[in-house]
Amino acid sequence: MNTEMIIIPVIIFASLGLVSGILLAVASKLFAVKTDERIPMITDALPGANCGGCGFSGCGALAESIVKGEAKCNACSVGGDAVAAKIAGIMGTDAEKTVKKRAFIACSADSTIAKKQCDYEGAYDCLAASVTGGEGACRYRCLGYGNCTKACAYGAISVKNGVAVIDSEKCVGCGACIEKCPRKLIRLLPADRSVFTVGCSSRDRGADASKACGISCIGCGICAKVCTSQAISVISNLAVIDPEKCTGCGTCAEKCPRHIIIRV
Amino acid sequence: MSFTSVLLLMFSAILIDNFIFSKFYGCCPFLGVSKNPSTALGMGAAVTFVMTVSSAATWLVYKYLLVRFGLEYLRTMAFILVIAAIVQLIEMFLKRFVPALYRSLGIYLPLITTNCAVLGAALTNVQRGYNLIESICFGFSAAVGFTLAILLFSGVRVRLENADPPKCFKGFPTTLIAAGLLAMAFAGFSGVRFG
Repeated sequence: MNTEMIIIPVIIFASLGLVSGILLAVASKLFAVKTDERIPMITDALPGANCGGCGFSGCGALAESIVKGEAKCNACSVGGDAVAAKIAGIMGTDAEKTVKKRAFIACSADSTIAKKQCDYEGAYDCLAASVTGGEGACRYRCLGYGNCTKACAYGAISVKNGVAVIDSEKCVGCGACIEKCPRKLIRLLPADRSVFTVGCSSRDRGADASKACGISCIGCGICAKVCTSQAISVISNLAVIDPEKCTGCGTCAEKCPRHIIIRV
Repeated sequence: MSFTSVLLLMFSAILIDNFIFSKFYGCCPFLGVSKNPSTALGMGAAVTFVMTVSSAATWLVYKYLLVRFGLEYLRTMAFILVIAAIVQLIEMFLKRFVPALYRSLGIYLPLITTNCAVLGAALTNVQRGYNLIESICFGFSAAVGFTLAILLFSGVRVRLENADPPKCFKGFPTTLIAAGLLAMAFAGFSGVRFG
């Protein structure tokens, strides 16, 4: 047994390891990138779900732009006031109040009410179905294939009886689902109080809307007339309630001939 | 070594001896990062980059260190060490000087430090006795073959997302079947003969 056979490889490998180790150590000093220490601190303070509700690609990206001054301390609607206060503490500024929001799907026609015009057997996907028009007679009906469900990082959306429903307990108001709905049925409402809203998105003319669905908004404008706080306006055959102006009196819901104004 | 022979070597590394479909190197990133074409392309670019550089580096280490001291039998260990060090170095370099490239490749680089495809390319170079130019060309084109495979497969997987297979085939089983079918398509190239 030749001891050289063992010693030479050991020496060579040790020196190979040492050289690359030194090289890396030198490189890490040489190529060090100065990062603001506040970025990891803010990233830690954020919820870390990377939901993208703030409009940035993730919590890390939001932290970066908060430090740069491009985003506000309260940009994260998921974390709410507590997180905003923490971030403001790190940044050394005052926290502004965040407005907590929640999503609402403006279609109430489940499969017992909605009228079918055909059978759809294509891909199980809202986007694919929206290209062909889907099963429903109404062009503004929830397609019910759950693209919003897949987009929700918090498991707040489920499809029940062919229409997506949001669990307001779980919804954090990040708004990730809004973009995913090909029919643009999802809107954000204030989460801190109960408001009235129109549970329909049909912009068809009254006659067409009422033919397509039994509980559609026909844009008759009765709600706008009875509203005491001028919160309701009819825009292209659809009543829209401004949640900021709505006092929650409920007169509109009583007078609506289609019973589609609901308290949420 | 002529220009044509290098060209043939590259062609065969991309299509005939495709790393994924005929040698089954790099199956982990192939199945793991092929969910959508953009990440697949990012992974492919990172592999191409690392494989080309590491082919050159390992060739030099083999020729001037291992052969000289008669330590060819330790090449696997030496190659892993060298490749890992180089990838780390490149990562730091990119982070400092080319942040845009770092952001697009950055997350994939550590993943492929000791990827079997990268190591496989280095070992194949040695096994076939390639010279430096041939080694670099082989490493580059094997990685191009990898990129081609993962990109094609990611396109297939995007379509599979919308498919509605029986419950027992959902997810991974369908993915593997699709990979097998794609590999069979590539097996068609194995009949190609030159000259």
